[in-house]
Amino acid sequence: MGSTITEKIIAAHAGVDEVRPGQMVEVKVDLALANDITAPLAIEVFREAGVKEVHDPDKIVLVPDHFVPNKDIESAMMVKLTRDFAKEQGIELFFDLDRMGVEHALLPEQGLVLPGDLVVGADSHTCTYGGLGAMATGMGSTDVAGIFITGQTWLKVPESMKFIYRGKLPQWVGGKDLILMTIRDIGVDGARYRAMEFCGPTIESLSMEGRLTMANMAIEAGGKNGIMAPDEITREYVEPRAKREYTFYQSDPDAVYVDVREYDVSGMEPQVAKPHLPENVAGVSTLKDITIDQAVIGSCTNGRIEDLRLAAEVLKGRRIASGMRLIIIPVTPAIYKTALKEGLFEIFLSAGAVISPPTCGPCLGGYMGILAEGERAVSTSNRNFVGRMGHQKSEVYLANPAVAAASAVTGHITSPNDL
Amino acid sequence: MKYTGHTFVYGDDVDTDVIIPARYLKTTDAAELASHCMEDIDPAFVEKVQSGDVIVAGKNYGCGSSREQAPIAIKTSGISCVVAHSFARIFYRNAFNIGLVLVECADAAENFSSGERIEVDLEAGHVKNLSQGKEFTFKPIPEFMLDLVADGGLIPHILKKQK
Repeated sequence: MGSTITEKIIAAHAGVDEVRPGQMVEVKVDLALANDITAPLAIEVFREAGVKEVHDPDKIVLVPDHFVPNKDIESAMMVKLTRDFAKEQGIELFFDLDRMGVEHALLPEQGLVLPGDLVVGADSHTCTYGGLGAMATGMGSTDVAGIFITGQTWLKVPESMKFIYRGKLPQWVGGKDLILMTIRDIGVDGARYRAMEFCGPTIESLSMEGRLTMANMAIEAGGKNGIMAPDEITREYVEPRAKREYTFYQSDPDAVYVDVREYDVSGMEPQVAKPHLPENVAGVSTLKDITIDQAVIGSCTNGRIEDLRLAAEVLKGRRIASGMRLIIIPVTPAIYKTALKEGLFEIFLSAGAVISPPTCGPCLGGYMGILAEGERAVSTSNRNFVGRMGHQKSEVYLANPAVAAASAVTGHITSPNDL
Repeated sequence: MKYTGHTFVYGDDVDTDVIIPARYLKTTDAAELASHCMEDIDPAFVEKVQSGDVIVAGKNYGCGSSREQAPIAIKTSGISCVVAHSFARIFYRNAFNIGLVLVECADAAENFSSGERIEVDLEAGHVKNLSQGKEFTFKPIPEFMLDLVADGGLIPHILKKQK
């Protein structure tokens, strides 16, 4: 009986030949991650344990990104606490404002997560790194504090689900649409406790950005991790960035899956998730009557350079609708610089957008674009829960960057094909 | 271990954003977090909850963000235990790590109204609706999770193992 990629990576980190779903194992963690919301709690737990030094400071990454640049005094205190801890413990991978980006865009870009790694982050979207062929999963602050102390954690080996995508993606349809369509199919708990393995010809030709977007939202189906087999596209992305060895794992042909689903994506239109769950997905053409007040293009899901290029393609020579607010967030300094150099900022500013520094900001209702009572936004982020972007009676529609840009131009949910 | 109290009943997919909205995540102070618990879907919760009370919910309770502030807010508000049809996995780990007990019981999830009296008996493996005189059994909590709770949470458990 063969093994899946997820099982192979877990086995390698547990120091055993193979593992099976349901088995409890202790694993070595290659990288532990926390942000300005989860690190302070982990640090408190670490201090209460009475331990003086972290197990390995080089395997800890701290990225204040949620409420950074500090939005108020309390947030500033949380970031200061994290900064002081990094200094005290010799954690060099503390990303202060001069090099900070949204964690799940930043770590792959900086070559800190590599194929074959086992990564645990105190952030649910840690599953993003599965796009690189890594086994990455979110946990809480106490679990991460435990890794600070021992360098290890316990895992229950997940069952794997296989998702096969076939067909050429139509224009304006990408990774975001594939994952929204998948969540629509299986529901927000359809992959609860499971590994989601994405494969098939469509995935084999999908860009690294698109893969990261898909793996990012595995958690929105309840998944423990999302993962793609690494290939030449992965190697091209990783090779110039990697500062250490990495391993490409592939699932065996006789690996066991609890569920296998196949999708033909060739005729598909852009997908949009309606409030208040990411499973409430409909084709963009069915939502033309939904007027919006704000559009947000950013987040760990869709704030990368490819996303900004798509938005610019739609916005070029156009102006956003009267009364509309368009907020664009390039999510790392490198993305920011590239967008500036390529002239995307000129297009965005001429269209009437504002450009934010890298931050999670409005995605989780932090700041930089909070919704008032009764307002409605289209956002390229990952969650549309009650109150997620602001007032309890506001609404968020999740879409890809081209749809968000097109909707900002018309003032209602719009396919770029209809502009 | 036995928990008795009144119930607060919710539906499916209660996410951690409504358990504790992100706008209150600027602190690690447990009492401050608890004062906003469930605010966006049940503003009356904080005023009504009493020590020992139990949350009863549907599928996928605690989905979404990994914020451990969610189980901390629930535990500090006075809730002794959460009974649900099923739990999201990060929330499940977080709760046991900080000593909040979770019970998976699909039958109970469908047979309670808010404000009824409940008894949860971990050893006997049953949930009782004392107001209706009904009893439901649940599958045992994994031994590993009970060990965590017995040791006082994940960190004491780790430190004990290291000795």
